[in-house]
Amino acid sequence: MAIRIEHLNYVYSAETAFEKHALNDINLELPDGQFIGVIGHTGSGKSTLIQHLNGLLRATSGAVYYNDKNIYDEGYDMKSLRSKVGLVFQYPEHQLFEADVFTDVCFGPKNLGLSQEEVEARAYEALKLVGLKEKYYKMSPFELSGGQKRRVAIAGILAMDPDVLVLDEPTAGLDPKGRDDILDQVARLHQEKKITVILVSHSMEDVARYVDRIIVMNKGQVMFDDTPREVFKHYRELESVGLAAPQVTYLMHGLQEMGWDIPSDATTVEEAAAAIENYLKKQ
Amino acid sequence: MLRDITLGQYYPANSAIHKLDPRVKLAGTMVFIVSLFAFRSVEAYIAATAFLAAVIYISRVPLKFMLKGLKSIFMLMLITVVFNLFLTRGTPVFHFWILTVTKEGIETAAFMAIRLVYLILGSSVMTLTTTPNDLTDGLEKALRPLSKVRVPVHEIAMMMSIALRFIPILLEETDKIMKAQMARGADFESGGLIQKAKNMIPLLVPLFISAFRRANDLAMAMEARGYHGGEGRTKMKPLVYQRRDHLAYLSLLLYLVLMFFVNRIGFFAGLY
Repeated sequence: MAIRIEHLNYVYSAETAFEKHALNDINLELPDGQFIGVIGHTGSGKSTLIQHLNGLLRATSGAVYYNDKNIYDEGYDMKSLRSKVGLVFQYPEHQLFEADVFTDVCFGPKNLGLSQEEVEARAYEALKLVGLKEKYYKMSPFELSGGQKRRVAIAGILAMDPDVLVLDEPTAGLDPKGRDDILDQVARLHQEKKITVILVSHSMEDVARYVDRIIVMNKGQVMFDDTPREVFKHYRELESVGLAAPQVTYLMHGLQEMGWDIPSDATTVEEAAAAIENYLKKQ
Repeated sequence: MLRDITLGQYYPANSAIHKLDPRVKLAGTMVFIVSLFAFRSVEAYIAATAFLAAVIYISRVPLKFMLKGLKSIFMLMLITVVFNLFLTRGTPVFHFWILTVTKEGIETAAFMAIRLVYLILGSSVMTLTTTPNDLTDGLEKALRPLSKVRVPVHEIAMMMSIALRFIPILLEETDKIMKAQMARGADFESGGLIQKAKNMIPLLVPLFISAFRRANDLAMAMEARGYHGGEGRTKMKPLVYQRRDHLAYLSLLLYLVLMFFVNRIGFFAGLY
C-alpha cells in the first residue's frame, strides 16, 4: 500500500470573496507499481489533488497516508516524502535555472544531502533514462528545444530516485512526435524501474494506451475510478462533463449500431483493428 | 501563501460606490486625505469618521477586508506613536526613567495614529471598489490636460495598468516555481541570511526569464492587434459622468464645507 487518501477536502482562498471548494471528499488508494491516469476537465481539481500527494498543499480536512504514515503528523519528514513522490509540474521546463543541463539535474539529489559522486551518478543515470544525448549535458538548458528542455526537467525529478512519479500534463505544448516520445519513455520507466506512475491529462487518447487504471475527476470529486475498458463504457457521461472517450470507442459503437457483432470495449487502435479483423474473417 | 496581499485587491460587489466613475473616487480619496491633514480638531475628526463610516457602509465591502490593509502599516504606526509620545515638548504628564510624556505628546500621537489609520482605510475603499483597469482609465482621463504640455499621459496609464495586471500573474508564477523547486527538495525557509539569499536563485532565475517571456509575448500580441500608442485610440466604454457622479461630487463638497465649519466653530473648544 503506497498512498492512501481519506476524506480529503481542499478549499482555495478560504473565507474571502474568492473562496473555491477545489476538492470534495476524495477517497483513493494508489497501490505500488500501478500506472494510473488522472483525467478531468480544466478546473476539475486534478492538479490540486496531485499536489497533496507530496505535501505541497495541505488539505483543509482529511488525511494522506504514505506507506501507512499520515504525512500531516507532526515531525513528518516532508523532504524525504518529496524525494519518494516525485512531482513533475505542467511546463516543467520553466523551472530550469542552472548554467548547464547536468548541474540543473544535480539540484534535486544535491538537496537530499548525498555525496558529490552519488549526486553525479544519479544525474547521469536520470539523463540517460530520459534519452538525452550526452552532447547536450554541458549546454545551457535555454539553448535546447522545447521537448529536450522537458526531458531535462523530468530527469531533474528522476534523479531523486522516486518510488512514485507524478506527471502533470507532461505532453502539453508538444508536437505529436514529442508527445509520443515522452509517453513511451514514461511507459518504459514504469516497466523497467517498477515505479508507480500517475499521469495527469485531459486527453483520453494519450492515457488510454498506457494506463491500467483511470481516475476521472469532475468538479472536485472522483467521478469514475476503474480500468480504461470500464471507464470508456460511460462515454456518454464523459461527454457530458466535457471529456470524450478515445475515437476507437466511437468507431466500435458505431459499427455495433450498424449491426456488426463485435465487442465495443476496445481502448486502443490495435485492439480495435484486431476485433474488426476477427469479425471480418468470421463473415 | 502569497495570495494574502490586499493592496490593490478588488472586492467585487454591486454597490453605489462600485458604480461611481473612477475619477470621482480618485478625487474623493484625495479630498479625504487632504482634509485629514488640513484640519486638526476633535470635531473635524468626528465628521471624518462619520463620512468614512458612511462610505464603507455604502460600499458593502466587509470591514474585515478594510482592516486587513492595516496590518501592513502596524509597525510604522507603532514607531510614529512612540516617537510622538516621548519626543513632543510641552506640559509634562508623567516621568518614566529618562522619558517624559507630555499632554501635547499624547494629543499628537493620537492624531497621528488616527490619521494613518484613516489614510489607509480611505485609500482601501478606493482600491477595493475599483478594478485596477478602471483606476488607470480614470487617471488617464483626469490627467488628459497634461498631454498638452507633452506629458505622455496615455503611455504612463498604459504602463500602470500593465504593471498592475502583472502583479497577480507574477505572484502566481512565483507560487508555481516555488512549488516546483520544493518538489525537488529546495528549502526557502531555513538557514542564515546569506544561505537564504542563495536559496532564492532557483526561484529568481526562472521568475526573471518568465517575466521577460511574458513581456515579450504581450508586446507581440499588442502589436499584432494594431496598438500604436494613444494617438487616435478610442475606448469601448468611455468614461462619462452620470447623475450619481454629480451627486457624489456634491456630497464631497458638502463634506468639505462641513469639515471647514466644525473645525472653525469648535463645539468642544473648552475641553482642551
